[in-house]
Amino acid sequence: MTYRLHAGLALALLATPAIAQDKTLTIYAPDYFASEWGPGPAIREAFEAQCDCSIDYQTGDLLPRLKLEGARAQADVAIGFDSTEMKQARETGLFAPHGVDTAALTLPIDWQDEVFLPFDWSYLAFVYDNEALEEVPSSFEALVEAPDDLRIAIQDPRSSVSGLSLALWADEVFGEEAEEKWAALAPKITTVTPGWSESYGLFTEGEVDMVLSYTTSPAYHAIAEEDDTVSAAIFDEGHYMTIELAAQLKGAEEPELAAQFMQFVVSPEFQSLIPTSNWSYPSALPKAEWPEGFQSIALPKNAIWLAEDEADARREDAVEAWRQGLSR
Amino acid sequence: MRWPGGIAAGLVLALTLGTLGAVAWRAGFALRLGPADWAAIRFTIWQAALSALVSVVLAIPVARALARQRFPGRAALVTLLGAPFILPVIVAVIGLIGVFGRGGILNDALGLAGLGPVSVYGWHGVVLAHVFFNLPLAVRLILQGWLSIPAERFRLAASLGAPVGRLLEGPMLRAVAPGAFAVIFLICLTSFAVALTLGGGPRATTVELAIYQAVRFDFDLGRAAMLAVVQFALCAAAALGLRAAGAPEALGAGLDRVVEHHAPGGRMLDALSVTLAALFLMAPLAMILARGLPGLADLPGGLWPAAARSVAVALGATALTLAMALALALRGGALARLSMLLPLAASGLVMGTGLFVLLHPLVSPREVALLVTMLVNAVMALPFAARVIAPAVAQAEAGHGRLADSLGLHGLARLRWLILPRIRRPLGFAAGLTAALSMGDLGVIALFAGDGQATLPLLMVRLMSAYRMEQAAGVALVLLAISLALFWIFDRGGRVDAAA
Repeated sequence: MTYRLHAGLALALLATPAIAQDKTLTIYAPDYFASEWGPGPAIREAFEAQCDCSIDYQTGDLLPRLKLEGARAQADVAIGFDSTEMKQARETGLFAPHGVDTAALTLPIDWQDEVFLPFDWSYLAFVYDNEALEEVPSSFEALVEAPDDLRIAIQDPRSSVSGLSLALWADEVFGEEAEEKWAALAPKITTVTPGWSESYGLFTEGEVDMVLSYTTSPAYHAIAEEDDTVSAAIFDEGHYMTIELAAQLKGAEEPELAAQFMQFVVSPEFQSLIPTSNWSYPSALPKAEWPEGFQSIALPKNAIWLAEDEADARREDAVEAWRQGLSR
Repeated sequence: MRWPGGIAAGLVLALTLGTLGAVAWRAGFALRLGPADWAAIRFTIWQAALSALVSVVLAIPVARALARQRFPGRAALVTLLGAPFILPVIVAVIGLIGVFGRGGILNDALGLAGLGPVSVYGWHGVVLAHVFFNLPLAVRLILQGWLSIPAERFRLAASLGAPVGRLLEGPMLRAVAPGAFAVIFLICLTSFAVALTLGGGPRATTVELAIYQAVRFDFDLGRAAMLAVVQFALCAAAALGLRAAGAPEALGAGLDRVVEHHAPGGRMLDALSVTLAALFLMAPLAMILARGLPGLADLPGGLWPAAARSVAVALGATALTLAMALALALRGGALARLSMLLPLAASGLVMGTGLFVLLHPLVSPREVALLVTMLVNAVMALPFAARVIAPAVAQAEAGHGRLADSLGLHGLARLRWLILPRIRRPLGFAAGLTAALSMGDLGVIALFAGDGQATLPLLMVRLMSAYRMEQAAGVALVLLAISLALFWIFDRGGRVDAAA
């Protein structure tokens, strides 16, 4: 691999350690995935130990970037799609079948997609401090009817996939009444943030009682901080599932390495890295093998899953109901 | 010398309208505004007008107090009062919530007084945050107006026993305040990051926020381009309207140095104004400090390289911005004035995306990520730097231009002997502003950054997305400290041997 050096400022700033291996697997990934605190570095180390290659993560907004670059995309693999946006990802037409046997998957739903391969998943949930909140809603309906002094932070469905998933969740649970329910929730919604992390920051600061997050969030606090005071409220109506996906690109420069990586995604080695680095459930690991902090957290009884066409078709109405309900 | 100004104007036009053209060309363009868009436009204008009005009105007593009172620590206070304007938004929100949030010190105090809690979330939160950011700018702009009144006029007025307020201060404010209002109105028209967390919900959607959604989430470039055009139109209308209302003009020439100008009346009122402003502006900074300190014990790896990258980008942007601002100020004319204003109407995200579209066929965006960030930051900071530098250049020319002409001073010699010595203070201030604004910018780098290219704000975001809120608060504090340090160094450099 050669490094062409550019003059000027870029030179000093872009210095990257030279890597000796001759083959490079280029992976497009969201920023959080490849960062020092995400699963990326450990996954790179594990894969490089077996592939005689090096992994190069290119981070940024995954889907926008692929749409912009189109066939010129340099990636061999793209990882980190959210299932709610699967249709938009598929419509780019950039991906090849992954060729992995999906029988190994341990998702609560049956998964047979030939292109998108789940690598982790979680349930959307409202998370709270179990020492501070006394009346915990046991259903979405109960949340809507909770006293107005309950303070909730959620994410904007127009700028974050968790917010969009929430809008679809409400749409699934309340149907035609979704806008009414949003209007009833409005006094309790302290604020709407663009992404998950701003909301979650408000929760850890004590600004809100509940925050839209995931059923797996308590595991972070239990394992990384030895703090058992964070819980996820389990709703009777069921919880919206978020599945994160990887796909191999048609135009991959290293198709064999890409295929090898896709196999690696469902391997126990990759899967066992997921829970405590991405704070979500592994997609191909039996529950008995999950870390203890994950086994003990409450699981919803019902999974709500929208197939990609349905999620896409209902998106606009679900977001509009959210906007109208909260704008009254 | 007119050609450097021409180059600067060309660069500004290419980066603002050119990048917008690239996005529109890539995506196709159609003007279709739905009810939600109209609501966003209305909210955008309304909140910007209110924010600008409140900022300017509050700034007048503070600027007057700072202009006419001398007290120990005044110079440090002037610098510190400037802090919020250059505060990275993601950092500032921590501080604002620390003061005005549910668990903030304001509600603690209200609770002790037996009063109910107030909520900072909603349109008033957006205005509050905008005033927090822009009050310092308003104070600085108006204070510069006060300091630009030549001392001998005050002496003259005093010797004649004439009313200083009506004769000197009133006309100065009428000249300076509309300009300050215009600048802040324009800043608030295109600001969106504040509305993100404090806005409370979809009612507080601004046009720039809609652009953010279109680019970062829907990736609907056609819509982003359309909204960017709407934003340009809004800003153009605002700029024209405010021009018609009376543009600020340079005041008569006098001695450069500021001296004690007049009998300092109203000490109590001045003390109250300064104290309240200092409390309002400093309390959030104190909260950032308080929240950030625990995180300092456990700063993440990669912090210092990220800080070095941020500083390098900031310094590069500063050099470029000062060169452009100076070139435009020396060139003068309609094109220069347009170039100084245009970036205020531009969306950094559209600019970044446009550059991506333009550069992608030639070079991998990752290889130029930091260079692009620097360019965008330089152009985005230009209106502020130019607004500070241009009047000073005009004043130097107006006061000493004919003398320089008679000495045959032209080109670089004129710059060296006439202009630069007389604009040191604004130049230093402008450099500090640019460096600090650039330090805290997140928008563009997030589109481009590769592995190992994180800047400080991006590092903060990465920590926050990994649940590490305490470490993120520590990084926020480091970011704040470096931004303030850069500002202080440049501003100080400009004010050496000027009476502060």
